[in-house]
Amino acid sequence: MKRKTFLNLNLSAIIIPIMAVIIALLIASIVILSIGKNPLIAYYEMLKGAFGSSQDFINTIVKTTPLILTGLAVGFGFRAGVFNIGAEGQMSMGALFATIIGMSLGGFPPYIAIPLTMLSGMLMGAIWASIAGFLKARTGAHEVITTIMLNWIAYYLGNYMVAGPLSVGSGTPKSPEIAASAKLPTILKSQAIELTPGIFIAIIMAIVVYILLEKTSTGYEIKAVGFNPYASEYGGISISKNVVLAMAISGALAGLAGALEVMGLHHRYLGALTAGKGFDGISISLIGQNHPIGIIFAALLIGSLRTGSNAMQFAGIPKHIVMIIQSIVIFLVAADRIVKTILKYKRKNRAGVKK
Amino acid sequence: MNDNRSMSDYAIVMKGITKRFPNVLANDHVDLFVKKGEIHAIVGENGAGKTTLMNQLYGLLHPDEGEIYINGKKINIKTPSDAIKNGIGMVHQHFMLVDNLTTVENIILGSEPRRGAILDIRKAKKEVKNLSERYGLYVDIDAKIEDIPVGMQQRIEILKTLYRGAEILILDEPTAVLTPQETEELFEIMIKLKSFGKTIIFISHKLNEVMEITDSITVMRLGKVTGNLKTSQTNPKEIARLMVGRDVLLRIEKKPKKPSKEIMRVEDLWIKDNRGLDAVRGISFNVKAGEILGIAGVAGNGQTELIEAITGLRKVESGKIFLLNEDVTNKNAKVLREKGLVHIPEDRQKHGLILQFPGYYNIILGRHYKFPFCIEGFLNMKHIVDYSKQLFESFDVRPKDPNIVVGNLSGGNQQKVILAREMSSSPVLSVFAQPTRGLDIGAIEYIHKNILKLRDEDVAIILVSMELEEIFSLSDRIIVMYEGEIMGEVSPEETSYEEVGLMMAGNKLETIRSEIK
Repeated sequence: MKRKTFLNLNLSAIIIPIMAVIIALLIASIVILSIGKNPLIAYYEMLKGAFGSSQDFINTIVKTTPLILTGLAVGFGFRAGVFNIGAEGQMSMGALFATIIGMSLGGFPPYIAIPLTMLSGMLMGAIWASIAGFLKARTGAHEVITTIMLNWIAYYLGNYMVAGPLSVGSGTPKSPEIAASAKLPTILKSQAIELTPGIFIAIIMAIVVYILLEKTSTGYEIKAVGFNPYASEYGGISISKNVVLAMAISGALAGLAGALEVMGLHHRYLGALTAGKGFDGISISLIGQNHPIGIIFAALLIGSLRTGSNAMQFAGIPKHIVMIIQSIVIFLVAADRIVKTILKYKRKNRAGVKK
Repeated sequence: MNDNRSMSDYAIVMKGITKRFPNVLANDHVDLFVKKGEIHAIVGENGAGKTTLMNQLYGLLHPDEGEIYINGKKINIKTPSDAIKNGIGMVHQHFMLVDNLTTVENIILGSEPRRGAILDIRKAKKEVKNLSERYGLYVDIDAKIEDIPVGMQQRIEILKTLYRGAEILILDEPTAVLTPQETEELFEIMIKLKSFGKTIIFISHKLNEVMEITDSITVMRLGKVTGNLKTSQTNPKEIARLMVGRDVLLRIEKKPKKPSKEIMRVEDLWIKDNRGLDAVRGISFNVKAGEILGIAGVAGNGQTELIEAITGLRKVESGKIFLLNEDVTNKNAKVLREKGLVHIPEDRQKHGLILQFPGYYNIILGRHYKFPFCIEGFLNMKHIVDYSKQLFESFDVRPKDPNIVVGNLSGGNQQKVILAREMSSSPVLSVFAQPTRGLDIGAIEYIHKNILKLRDEDVAIILVSMELEEIFSLSDRIIVMYEGEIMGEVSPEETSYEEVGLMMAGNKLETIRSEIK
């Protein structure tokens, strides 16, 4: 139904990010040329670095997994009319709580410990985000401000926990490992790099979000409030309920990203665990046009750029080129009017010729 | 127009004006001839291209094709200041006044008289006073705009154009914001201006006003001129036909009907507006099944707040609202909808529709969680789309495709979507807030028919309107609001425009009637 309805919009929603990537690669190749390197070699190395071997491929998938979830978190918020900048803090809180629960589940078999640890991460992310949702619904406090403030609280709380109560060992502040039964199993291993089912969980969540938004009355209400709170209230939809709900769902997705990082990768809480992945969610949801399926591809794009950049570095081309590419893509997607104008201009020219 | 001599009889000649917007031909070879010293009406439905045409005359837009002659001389108007230099003045529908400046300051703004580098306020006052006396435009020159009633603000706008030497005045729907008395005063001013040789272009929807005040009429439809008429040789029916392209019922027949049981009762209601001031001050009324209660009044006298309160969108300070004998004071819209209240809101884009949603999503708004639109939390898309198709068909929404995002529909069709949604949910009480504002006569006729259809189906109806004609032709009872209070209740058969107009200006019914005695 969606495909039929928003055909135009959908088409441009696909074309714009693709055009943006192409234009970004072209512009970046000028930069690469200007430092005396061959852009074709650079892009070849980058592609090889991201997908060239099974190890690289697994590495890309591992990097992509949390990005899908933080992208979904922010994108879901956008669809509901809230700008959740707090995915970083919610992810961190989700990871922290999942670690605490995961540490204490040694006595349970994996089929209980794994879901429980995941759910505790989601729950904590949801609670953390709901604080901002509740403040917005109750007092009108803007979620951009409150989620940023909550990010810092989460940051310092996490640092305190691994430096104090949860601290273990020496060197980098870290928590103890979670119970073995709470770790995600390895399904593929290439040298030191392990692939866990985390990626499938992330993709399933994208599908769940899609169904929730497009097929249910809850999704209808959340979108309605996002588009026009006045008309929603007129239609008997509670604005405050849906704002809190939207923030909670958004936060749960970010919290799950944190839990999966603990369960599949680090197996413990680290202070620098989130490393900006929550903020990456903002760019990813933008590139993915806030569409759950688009977000999967956007996360893959960013994930593969990140892994590919290292290989490019080995070939003597600075990895910061990747930042240039990423920035231009985001710029063009955000300023989609530029791309739309180019497309429209082309169409107009064609129409003019016909006349 | 065969030679230059006859050209110079005309204050304005616009020839072959064509203006294209993306996908729209707003003006299609439009010719306009306005004689010197006449009052010339331009009438047409919304989107007929009247305002586009005037904006080109005033230099706000530039024609793609065509020529403009002022007093027989071909000119090229690039900006409004070119227009002003050529003696053209425009009074916009929305006034362009600075609220916290005084009348004089507003009038001279931009062309202040100076003595050296210093503003010569005394000279300014004298000039403004002279102008206002000469043309009978009474204004309070030292008052601040924010303290001045709308009618006087309009006179200030007219003075502003005269102060800049306007010989040709464009008045864009000037009566839309006025009470009947203020309208009469405006007409007197227009006649006075005409007697001084000024030329006036009068843009209006209201055919009775056009018949009363103008000398000649240009009718537009879909960007083209469909008629050049002498007012004395035409009638409203002919004008309406030229505007719409078919015969229009200007006043629909209302069958007599006896109202039955009471549906809503409101007792001593007090409501605050957004600024925290009392907008509604102790209002009581009731409405019965099969009855239309008209609420008349100039915009901003508490009607908006009253309607929001009885439809669950605004909290009341004190007082009670009963729906079907049950206390529903401060209940939300969902509860009221469940009880059978529907609402055609005043601001259809803000409250009535989610513009980004397609038609079928808007059709289910308010019932989206109910069977058969929703089954166990999942939207029943097939039923929703089929049902919407049916409604789009029977309510003649154009285009008849519920997949279209409603933001892309025209104003009249957006209103039809709301009407379709609200009327199809079998209401017991239907609240119409300015249902025809900004719509063209074709759509107005359609909506009026539907309101009367609801009345025939024994629905209780509350109708708020600024249009007295609408109130008079539909209502069974009329209450008039002024500054949050009811000035009186009358039946349309026993009252007159004048009496209601006096109430709209703040006179209580008892006072008016006792003075007549």
